[in-house]
Amino acid sequence: MSSTTKGQSKFLLASAGAGFLFLYAPIIALIIYSFNASKLVTVWGGWSFKWYVALFQNEQIMNAAWVSLKIAFISATLAAVLGTMAGFVLSRMGLFKGKTLLAGWVTAPLVMPEVITGLSLLLLFVAMESLFGWPAGRGMTTIIIAHTTFCLAYVAVVVQSRLASLDVTLEEAAMDLGAKPSSLFFLITLPLISPAIVSGWLLSFTLSLDDLVIASFVSGPGNSTLPMVIFSKVRLGVTPEVNALATLMIVAVTVAVLAAVFIMRRQNKIEIPRHSCWR
Amino acid sequence: MSLSSVPESISSETPWRTSDATPYVKIEKVTKRFGDFTAVDSVSLDIYKNELFCLLGGSGSGKSTLLRMLAGFEAPTSGRILIDGVDMSHIPPWERPVNMMFQSYALFPHMSVEANVAFGLKREGVPAAQVKKRVADILDMVQLSHLARRKPHMLSGGQRQRVALARSLVKQPKLLLLDEPLGALDKKLREETQFELMRIQEELGITFVVVTHDQEEAMTLATRIGVMNNGVIVQTAEPHEVYEYPSNSFVAEFIGNVNLFSGVVVDDERDSVTIQSDDMGGLIKVDHGISCAPNQTVSVAIRPEKLRIAKQSFDLFDSNVNCAKGQIIDVAYMGSQSIYKVKLLSGNEVRVTQPNVSRSSEDRLTWDDHVILTWDPDSSVVLTS
Repeated sequence: MSSTTKGQSKFLLASAGAGFLFLYAPIIALIIYSFNASKLVTVWGGWSFKWYVALFQNEQIMNAAWVSLKIAFISATLAAVLGTMAGFVLSRMGLFKGKTLLAGWVTAPLVMPEVITGLSLLLLFVAMESLFGWPAGRGMTTIIIAHTTFCLAYVAVVVQSRLASLDVTLEEAAMDLGAKPSSLFFLITLPLISPAIVSGWLLSFTLSLDDLVIASFVSGPGNSTLPMVIFSKVRLGVTPEVNALATLMIVAVTVAVLAAVFIMRRQNKIEIPRHSCWR
Repeated sequence: MSLSSVPESISSETPWRTSDATPYVKIEKVTKRFGDFTAVDSVSLDIYKNELFCLLGGSGSGKSTLLRMLAGFEAPTSGRILIDGVDMSHIPPWERPVNMMFQSYALFPHMSVEANVAFGLKREGVPAAQVKKRVADILDMVQLSHLARRKPHMLSGGQRQRVALARSLVKQPKLLLLDEPLGALDKKLREETQFELMRIQEELGITFVVVTHDQEEAMTLATRIGVMNNGVIVQTAEPHEVYEYPSNSFVAEFIGNVNLFSGVVVDDERDSVTIQSDDMGGLIKVDHGISCAPNQTVSVAIRPEKLRIAKQSFDLFDSNVNCAKGQIIDVAYMGSQSIYKVKLLSGNEVRVTQPNVSRSSEDRLTWDDHVILTWDPDSSVVLTS
């Protein structure tokens, strides 16, 4: 790479520089300002860790963070299970009645405006409560259900594309060697698609952690998620505490994304020789 | 059509020549349709114990579909398959006494060589100690013991092929299916592996069904070859028979090179037939009888190596039975042999191969030489279809 850089035009270099600046400058600014000693967000007053200390002492934010993490963990896990099942059905069951409907439903949350998803789920929960009393009121349960619904779409898509690229003869070979459908799934298919499931889980986790709109529709009193708290705080004016919180979230998300990339890379390393012998 | 010159020897090694032998695998009028497309069209086939049967055909001939039906991955649209007398119609792949070696090898990438080979035995519930022993034995047989703990991606193509073979053999299936087993290997390795496969097959006494598009591979490996075209088996016979006595022009042209002349039957005796061929420009006498109507149009197939070629001036030669006059238009020197393209007086082109017996180049045939081609009555075959 570095040896070819010399020959590249200045225009390309400038474009790359502009791109990086555009993407990362706001984040870098945010990180720097989270260490700002001044109480005013826009005025630089020297380096300090005090907003991080204040953040960890702020019970409201800490509670919301805990709620958010619980919701993200549970809904990512549920979405991973259900999304894997959906992806598996879509890519391995052949043609069946209602397949198009299922495929459409799986991809709908990807393109549906969040406001609509949130609103329709709220209406559903209200209707369900009046019909058979569950879920009673809105809170953590309803947020988890809502998040699972839209996250499983992402997992299903990731798993489905992984299954599509997976050599079907591997599954046939397992059957041929005496594996019944259940052991085939757990011994062959599941280990082979596990990287997709893990990255689907990580994706769901970050999506759930990040969601403001849908959560606002379906949450109840006392169950505010972290984005909801931040948003309400920001409306009263940005405090440096929020900068510190945002920095921590960026670190968390970066770690999750790097983990996903690492897992995918390792999987590819195993796979490249397998396909090269194919011809 | 009757073929009188098929060797008559009957032994236990060639059960298909005796009419009362019991087939081990019986395919009865099996048809497979995918929508409007008929992949396999009412195929009936008997395969005997310890055979190494090759299904030979081009792509789309239905050979792989037939193999997949034997394995149980596809269900026949109609007809049935019996293995060792048991109807396989409602038996899923995981319960069949059949194992398959896939063209892509289909080794489980997340398992070591050992675990790959042990997979089938473990599914059967074989005790761990026995699994260990049988895996070790079979890896020893394919000379891979030293790589038992490697993952498939750390192996070469040839090693992977042997792991796949070991994995499909370790359960000692009644029938082993091999889908293009040598397809991904380079030429030298192919030849070695061919003999290796034959050795293993004889050693273990397992019935093999091999699918291939490579006629040479089929010729060397097989006890019998089933030539497939458009979902139908067009000829089932021993390799030399398929080559020397093709039952129709498809088989003749698919296997090796052949010169085909069309002509009209002018004299039909009990054990010989004479054909007037304008393609060739003379009479062709064939020393086997055929069942045909008088004046029926037939094709005569002559292999390039069965033609004799000689430089001679035409006026000294007046016979017109089993001989053709022409001029060399192309020569390909191949070392051990040469291929000549000869343009006959009738305008047709004929291919002749001759071994290069002499080292001197003085009397070697060359471009534009006038030549006479001759052949014996027993070197040609009449094809009625």
